[in-house]
Amino acid sequence: MATITLDHIVKKYGDGFPAVNDVSLDIKDGEFVILVGPSGCGKSTLLRMIVGLEDITDGDLTIGGKRVNDKAPRDRNLAMVFQNYALYPHLSVYENIAFPLRLAKGKHSDEEVDRRVQDAADLLELRDHLERKPANLSGGQRQRVAMGRAIVRQADAFLFDEPLSNLDAKLRGQMRTEIARMQRRLGTTTVYVTHDQTEAMTLGDRVAVLRKGELQQVASPRELYEEPVNLFVAGFIGSPPMNFLPAQLSGTTLSLPFGDVEISPDVARRAEGSEFLIAGLRPEHVEDAETLEGPRRERGTTFEVDVDVTEWLGNELYAYVPFSPDERVAAKLAELDKELDGESMRHQMVVTLDARSRVRDGDRARLWFDPASLHLFDPSSGLSLTRDEERARAIQADTEEVRRQALERSREHTREGAPA
Amino acid sequence: MTVGARMSTREKVLWYVAGAAIVVYALFPVAWILSLSLKTNAGLTENRFLPGEVTWENYRLIITGDASDLFLPALRNSIGIALIATLIAVVLATLTAYAVSRLQFPGKKLLLTTALAVAIFPVISIVTPLFNIWRTVGLYDTWPGLIIPYLAVTLPLAIWTLSAFFREIPWDMEQAAQVDGATTWQAFTKVIVPLAVPGVFTTAIIAFFLAWNDFVFGISLTSTDASRPVPAALAFFTGASQFEEPTGATSAAAVVVTIPVVIIVLVFQRRIVAGLTNGAVKG
Repeated sequence: MATITLDHIVKKYGDGFPAVNDVSLDIKDGEFVILVGPSGCGKSTLLRMIVGLEDITDGDLTIGGKRVNDKAPRDRNLAMVFQNYALYPHLSVYENIAFPLRLAKGKHSDEEVDRRVQDAADLLELRDHLERKPANLSGGQRQRVAMGRAIVRQADAFLFDEPLSNLDAKLRGQMRTEIARMQRRLGTTTVYVTHDQTEAMTLGDRVAVLRKGELQQVASPRELYEEPVNLFVAGFIGSPPMNFLPAQLSGTTLSLPFGDVEISPDVARRAEGSEFLIAGLRPEHVEDAETLEGPRRERGTTFEVDVDVTEWLGNELYAYVPFSPDERVAAKLAELDKELDGESMRHQMVVTLDARSRVRDGDRARLWFDPASLHLFDPSSGLSLTRDEERARAIQADTEEVRRQALERSREHTREGAPA
Repeated sequence: MTVGARMSTREKVLWYVAGAAIVVYALFPVAWILSLSLKTNAGLTENRFLPGEVTWENYRLIITGDASDLFLPALRNSIGIALIATLIAVVLATLTAYAVSRLQFPGKKLLLTTALAVAIFPVISIVTPLFNIWRTVGLYDTWPGLIIPYLAVTLPLAIWTLSAFFREIPWDMEQAAQVDGATTWQAFTKVIVPLAVPGVFTTAIIAFFLAWNDFVFGISLTSTDASRPVPAALAFFTGASQFEEPTGATSAAAVVVTIPVVIIVLVFQRRIVAGLTNGAVKG
């Protein structure tokens, strides 16, 4: 159990290009932190610097209060699960899991090694496979062996490098839950790298979003979703991603491609000086006006659009609405799209409608949204103009409280479970 | 697997005929030597393939008879020198290949190119200078005097083969070991070397063959029983009289020295199982 502190960490490669630039992050004891970002954002490099497989160019890394910059991986007492599992093919599952214990010569008696391996195997339901070789295991089983090897040692922290990216979708979902359960039960500090935002949102106590080696925002999943600090975070978190629309502000009236809306004077004041803005609207915040009734409908505005294509998924319906962008923000949007690993060829708004909606391809539809759910961004700096700091702090306090309680429960559970 | 099932009878027959032709072509000289070694002196001139009268006289001659003074020490030299050269070559090549495949150091490319250049150097061109040097430094007609040139010939090939094997091993494997608490040396011996076992054995076979089959160094750098290996010793066999060729005894000796090679290949080929890293990583 340990805290991990990253203090202005920099990683520069031979050509001087900073793969990780000035990242500071405090990871609390027992916390589950996710490093997320598009490919090439430096998240894996950051993880490998924590574990000691990459040198740190500048900055301080402390684990449990001790500076470990110059320590070899074996002296950091961290356990890591690799993306490709890196199991030892010449050893049985049992010996794979026992490997870290066997390396610490003399520290563990044979009985203790056996007991710990059996415990780990029980936790991961690997008991029937202990004598088999990794080559004879399925992908999910290999993944569990890799986790067994990590948990057997009682390391100070677990590090995961995209552990589920090699599994098929169904297994990925199951293993995700399994990892969450294991982490809650063991209460071990965990750093988890992924590019999958479902994993990021569901697993993490806090999520650190990286872009080109720089930290954008570290916050609870809920805060990232509701109060993103900038365009990048807003576009990265959420699926389907947030729609970015060109917007023009005059007074408190915001002109969008589909009509005008009134915004709060507070936000209008903050946006003062810049006439052209980028508005962010989450697909799930738009509804088909026909499926809405009563007071909720009164709170929002409705507008008419031409629907290009629809996709019915059973529980919801995606509708695609083309629009022509203002050229003053088009370049910014294209750049953002590229950064987010996107390859969209046309400007369109995606909206997630109720599955009961009768909107179909080519229809003219009446859609509804609540202007309060609209995000506004400064196109030059990308910063959010609608972020409510007070609300963000409240979310922070709330999630921290939930985490503390969960951790406490798990520790109580461990105490009860431990033999007297 | 399924290919066999889909083949037509005609195709099958063709494959068998072609296979048999290759086997006969490859094994015919061996069979001839075997047949010669079992012939009597008179039988050698009979102009027939199979011996008319089978005799073990030639084997007796080289193992307990007149030629044993020449053959037995040579056999001992050959086995000793080849094994020691193989062992040293494998150990050195493993360490070098690991460094070459894992580390970036200045002059790496130069090292590899030089190694390759040495390997393709005609052996005969270095024998004469070596002969002179060895006589001066006292290595002439000693075991090390042969082991050293054998290493020079085997090492480049061994390094190239092994570094190819090492490159195939995912680096993650070693990093995982380091995170698990291994020192670099432990990661190497407990993870990398076991994974490279097929490569190590391939290298061992190559090194052993080169040393075992060598004739040029063996005949040029030795003069007595102290270090003369079998291929060289065969040249010194003499017949019962100066007018008689020692064909029978030479054939018998050739058969005897082939046996260890066959055994070694049979033993090692079980270890040369490709795809040992299967299951290490999800690819």
